[in-house]
Amino acid sequence: MSQTTSHTADDVRFVSKTDYLKTLTSLRSEGFEMCADLTAVDFLTHPGRTISPEVATQISLERFELVVNLLSLSQRRRVRLRVQLSESDPSIDSAFDLYPGTEAMEREVYDMFGITFTGHPDLTRILMPEDWVGFPLRKDYSQGSIPVQFKGAAS
Amino acid sequence: MTTTENLNISNAAEIISAGTSEGGQELQLRADMSHKAVLRESGAVLRMSESQVASLADTQSEDQTMIINMGPQHPSTHGVLRLMLELKGETVLRCKPVIGYLHTGMEKTGESLTFMQGGTNVTRMDYASPLNNELVFSMATEKLLGIDQDIPERAVWIRMMLSELNRISSHLLFMATNGMDIGAVSMMLYGFREREEVLRFFQKVTGLRMNHNFIRPGGVAADLPAGWRDEVLGLLDALPQRLAEYEILMTGQPIWRERLQGVGVITRDEAIALSATGPILRSTGLAWDLRRDMPYLRYSEVEFDVIVGSYGDAFDRYSIRLNEIRESMRIVRQILDRMPQGDYRIQDKKVTPPPRGRIDESMEALIHHFKIFTEGFKVPEGEAYVAIESPRGEIGCYIASDGSATPYRMHVRAPSFVNIQTMPLMMHGGLIADAVAVISSVDPVLGEVDR
Repeated sequence: MSQTTSHTADDVRFVSKTDYLKTLTSLRSEGFEMCADLTAVDFLTHPGRTISPEVATQISLERFELVVNLLSLSQRRRVRLRVQLSESDPSIDSAFDLYPGTEAMEREVYDMFGITFTGHPDLTRILMPEDWVGFPLRKDYSQGSIPVQFKGAAS
Repeated sequence: MTTTENLNISNAAEIISAGTSEGGQELQLRADMSHKAVLRESGAVLRMSESQVASLADTQSEDQTMIINMGPQHPSTHGVLRLMLELKGETVLRCKPVIGYLHTGMEKTGESLTFMQGGTNVTRMDYASPLNNELVFSMATEKLLGIDQDIPERAVWIRMMLSELNRISSHLLFMATNGMDIGAVSMMLYGFREREEVLRFFQKVTGLRMNHNFIRPGGVAADLPAGWRDEVLGLLDALPQRLAEYEILMTGQPIWRERLQGVGVITRDEAIALSATGPILRSTGLAWDLRRDMPYLRYSEVEFDVIVGSYGDAFDRYSIRLNEIRESMRIVRQILDRMPQGDYRIQDKKVTPPPRGRIDESMEALIHHFKIFTEGFKVPEGEAYVAIESPRGEIGCYIASDGSATPYRMHVRAPSFVNIQTMPLMMHGGLIADAVAVISSVDPVLGEVDR
């Protein structure tokens, strides 16, 4: 695990996919009781992103990045984890057992980016219809050029 | 992917054959279950896809538990929230909120709007407290620009005042809808009446009752209009006796208390585990308010109390909101005393368009004005997460910028979206009539849930 502080002065840590749950577990025991937010970014058209040179040498940048914001109520501080997920295998362990509040957030990330969470109890689409094709927040899912999908209409 | 592929048929068969005995999914004594099991059960809820439950509902026989569908067009679901409830008699066994009926891809839209236009998009998310949405978006943008410490004092205090007034109007709306849901229909009229007075002030200041786009990166769109102080004082003077009326009409009323006390109970650990914030978390007795605990704007310089409950029930959440109106009024009074003079937006040419008067006399100003409104301003590469206390809890904005004039990714951590996860837990084992009280006490805004 490499640690850095971005220029915006937030506590940002880069975690590898395999260390993800381990890191969450140790952070939780350090007092980060709440997972405030979990989202993802698709860096398809901006592969460089913002990473300090020393961190860039330690991790390999992938297309997807999972961004997890943890909050410590007792210490009044936040930490942000950034996890690289490859295009060929966009999957990661679910944080549900540690932070049940991530249930809806992980479903949203799955719905919007197609990132799957191993061990999630109910990984279904949450905002889009059940039978929707495609993942809207991916960068190759362009706006406006997608034919409108109607449920149950004659095509 | 087709619908049939998503149907996990074997799972559906299992659930049908389980009949009335739901085993571990049925209500058990809290003492008999580990804390983790309670959370897992309430978090995982129905574990079926929408279509499975729909097909299941047809095959249920009478002696089995019944899955009924509440909403999305139910008057007490605050918009288009759909709840699937599994009932045994009148007892709610499991509940699953089904959302997305209002999803319009606002985060995707945000990627094609400039940072200048972004406010018009985010303000439509939580339409009951639009100014807080604009505030968090502006603060995230300012953090990326590196100007978050340079916002003029007057702009900061104007932002604070509007944010607090918006909290008042949002909580008044809660009073109205909560009253209506529980059956105190006259409360609906009173709540809307008082809220309208706050909105009338917003209209004077911003030009619009809702969806203001008034708080913008760099400050606010305009200075406060002449006579604003009297307007606010008028509001502050009128509200206390109205709130006293609410106390008579609701707080002390036996029927009201019966409907809310002990309903939708959640413990502190459960609320934290489910990432619930705002009045839900505070109703469990934990004094967590970002305004006090992680101060932004100038909240560290004003005095106010963080209202907490002690039982974590719907009545606590009602009284927290009622008293938060009073605390917000207290803050607004202090803001009135301390409102500084000066600029209402940053004098940084990069983010601030030239004043209207300059455009008539200076060609450069005209060009500058044109460019900033057509192309927007460029925001340095980077990513930032900013969170503030909205009336519903922690609203956060995560922006990743690639150095262009539009956000590369704009995500809003919507408090309602996260908070509705507590509904299955709160409804678990309660009566179906209390389900309405629970939905109401979570106070979700569906525009924000679905975005």
